[in-house]
Amino acid sequence: MGSNNPKINDFGITFSTINGSGSATANNTIQKAIFRMGIPVSARNIFPSNIQGMPTWYSLRVSKDGYLGRLEKDDILVAMNPESVIRDIGNLNPGGVLLINKNIAITDIRKDIIVHSMPVDELLKSSDVSSNLNIYLANMVYVGVLSYLIGIELEKIESALDQHFNGKKKAIEPNLHVVKKSFEWTEANIRENSPYSLSPMHATIGKIMIDGNSAGALGALYGGLQFSAWYPITPATSLAEALNDFIPHLRVDPETGKTTCAVVQAEDELAAIGMVIGAGWAGLRSMTSTSGPGLCLMSEFLGLAYFTEVPIVVWDIQRVGPSTGMPTHTSQGDLSFSYFISHGDKDFVILLPGNMNECFDFGWQALDIAEKLQTPVIILSDLELGMNIWMADPLQYPDKEIDRGKVLWEDDLEKFAKKKQKEWSRYLDVDGDGIPYRTIPGNLNSKAPFFTRGTSHDPCAGYSESPEDWEENLIRIKKKFETAKLISPQPEMIDSGNELAIISYGSTDMPVKEAIVLLGNESIKTDYMRIRSLPFSCEVEKFVETHQRIIIIENNRDGQMKQLLCVNFPEHAAKFISLAHSNGLSLCAHWIVEKVLSEIVPEVK
Amino acid sequence: MADQLRKENTNTIGLKRNDYTGRPTTLCKGCGHTSIANMVVSACFEMNLPPEKIVKFSGIGCSSKSAAYFLERSFGFNGLHGRMPSVAEGALFADKSLVGIGISGDGDTANIGLSQFKHLVRRNVPMVYVVENNGVYGLTKGQFSATAEKGLTLKRQGENPYLPVDIALEAIAANASFVARSFAGDPKQVKELLKAAISHRGTSILDIISPCVTFNNQDYSVHSYSWVKGHDAPLHELEFVAPRDEITLDDFERGSIKEVTMHDGSVIAFKKLAREYDPTNRTEAIKMLEEAIRKNWLITGLIYVDPDSPNIYDMYPIGEKPLNRMPSEKIRPDRKSLELLNQSLM
Repeated sequence: MGSNNPKINDFGITFSTINGSGSATANNTIQKAIFRMGIPVSARNIFPSNIQGMPTWYSLRVSKDGYLGRLEKDDILVAMNPESVIRDIGNLNPGGVLLINKNIAITDIRKDIIVHSMPVDELLKSSDVSSNLNIYLANMVYVGVLSYLIGIELEKIESALDQHFNGKKKAIEPNLHVVKKSFEWTEANIRENSPYSLSPMHATIGKIMIDGNSAGALGALYGGLQFSAWYPITPATSLAEALNDFIPHLRVDPETGKTTCAVVQAEDELAAIGMVIGAGWAGLRSMTSTSGPGLCLMSEFLGLAYFTEVPIVVWDIQRVGPSTGMPTHTSQGDLSFSYFISHGDKDFVILLPGNMNECFDFGWQALDIAEKLQTPVIILSDLELGMNIWMADPLQYPDKEIDRGKVLWEDDLEKFAKKKQKEWSRYLDVDGDGIPYRTIPGNLNSKAPFFTRGTSHDPCAGYSESPEDWEENLIRIKKKFETAKLISPQPEMIDSGNELAIISYGSTDMPVKEAIVLLGNESIKTDYMRIRSLPFSCEVEKFVETHQRIIIIENNRDGQMKQLLCVNFPEHAAKFISLAHSNGLSLCAHWIVEKVLSEIVPEVK
Repeated sequence: MADQLRKENTNTIGLKRNDYTGRPTTLCKGCGHTSIANMVVSACFEMNLPPEKIVKFSGIGCSSKSAAYFLERSFGFNGLHGRMPSVAEGALFADKSLVGIGISGDGDTANIGLSQFKHLVRRNVPMVYVVENNGVYGLTKGQFSATAEKGLTLKRQGENPYLPVDIALEAIAANASFVARSFAGDPKQVKELLKAAISHRGTSILDIISPCVTFNNQDYSVHSYSWVKGHDAPLHELEFVAPRDEITLDDFERGSIKEVTMHDGSVIAFKKLAREYDPTNRTEAIKMLEEAIRKNWLITGLIYVDPDSPNIYDMYPIGEKPLNRMPSEKIRPDRKSLELLNQSLM
């Protein structure tokens, strides 16, 4: 077949391998090499909840226009796993290319695709590399074959390997050797031109590549995090591990050689958040990271932190629930749970990062917001953002000084009494914003200590079951969330006065931005708002007021953001149209476009 | 004589015993917990601890309420049922010089909180952990806790069908570095053990039998005043001697004394009773507790201590200056570091 007009810098590749076979090195090398050719590239790891042996996929999208959303179908398939090969081939677009390990025997192959067989074993044998590495190096064969076929520059492969192995020649050389051997074999044996190819661009100059969990951990460390406790859970584990990796580099006091941030692996999520609350109460910037099941366990403690007014940050890297669900698959299903978490009346600040830079920024901003308001802040990321490596702008140094909020040390207590004309007590609202002043353990002024309790208390922190004390206290606490609306990240908006609008949040921003362009091509003009925090700010309210029909697009079954909008803006409820979907994968722009055109546009018109 | 008077009224940091008291108790009259609260007051007063340096922690239950009935001039955190240990562990990271005192009960520790209890012990977080143990849930009006003995009968619950959890054994199994048992009706022993526990640089577990006068003070119950009086088998008489005090033990004859020197230089002196007992021997401690269960004794005294066991701070490279007093510039890395980081990600 072959084409004289190859599709350049705009296609998708899926690598189908076996979990635990070491394909991550090969896959990440390809992603990095393409990135270093200046071409926008995104990649998703679709992996099973398993250590070794089950099928795993790595889907890479090359997009000259910079679209990062998932593609539904593949243009190129690298098939290394006999177990999934039939299904994988079925997912190729007509005219697509199949690179298949020669070992995999299949019959009745589709006639509308191009098939190249890769002699993996022979190439490894002739490469003369240590046989105990074969299982890992087998993946380097497809790196070489693919590099020749679509035009990945070998020097970029080499530099990516060099970075991956931290310059260790012993590791780089055998890998590179297999890549070169396979490249040469392809050159000699595959005559057809590939219908898909790469051409260097300049679109990634100055960009970085990072995963959301690392970006979040770094944000926290630049935000002055001092204590974190956590319990292992997919897909949040790598956030805490990134803290441990970066602390020795970023958070050692040069004067003492001691670290200024402690990380404890707790016995469970109950203990993790308990420790974090203890630390936050005692004046440490403190945070935990978890996923849905862990957040469920934390719900009682979150109510305590809300009511005792302890600043903490909780990262939820969402996966598919309820129950154990699909631990290695992405979702935006924890939104309404986070919003309403814990019993009784309460409010929570929720931040919704939509990209790597926001994972970093919200990472430090959340600590400021929590301490300023003396309340828990929940950051809802997801597996899509957290565990995949994305192209991003360089991380920006915080543009604000660290804000520790209303904390009184020994001398401050005396100054407070003079300035405010009254003695300090813990839950007294002297500024009218509902945010009281706090002292923290270690303060040796004899007026500083107070008894923190989860039971009802008066403004002086004394036990009280008086109806007035209870109600006044909770009404005061609610006031803090008016400030929350002002200091939390405001929505990102494209408002051109269209009647039809789209709302989304978090990782769903990626396919939505692409879908908006595609809809525009179909003459469907829409405005757009990406919500970046809860409670809803005035900006959100204004956007809702000024649009006639609003489609809320999200990755969960019930349309949870739509539900929250209805609860908060009941007078506008009739405007809202939910476009929600959850199957463990991130949304695709084409699915959004198809749904809007087939179901929503006819209804709106 | 004047010196003696001063000594009785104020301690070496110039505070009176009153400076260590708390809010008026709301517990039942005769509750063992109140007596324990009084001994915490006495121990801290006699050890000359600034109350502001002490941090109290508790969970939920009658015992946990009692944390408000001593040391009003100390910070305190009354958290969730069974979760006192985790809150304490996080808080104490903020300032290593703070003295943590946790007050819990048998339900709080041995039922809902068994996991956090054992993990705190395993990490050897420096703090005193008092279990006010009465075998019964008081605030919910008389249900069995996990330390209630098999066969105990309560009004609404009938007969307890389960075997009890032994808090001291659980602590030793979790590699505790300080385990003691006492009885609220023996305030002198409680006080001496509290002092030793405060000076220990790891988790100090004090399982104190503290009868519930309302729901579980039947003569045959192992958590009653009368039963304990008849079955108390003290391992030794003991006295705690602070580091700077000369060892002058009024009641003790020198020949019969065994001493254990604590990490801070203080000394716990034991007067041997009928049996020989070495509280630094873990195997012997476990044997003794097993024997006590078999013979229906209530062993009281210091059951086990390892004064030099590494604590959690030895496992983290954090400095002596309290973390919670770190200025902002010490906790935010500089601009240059982020530039380098960005370069490494290109």
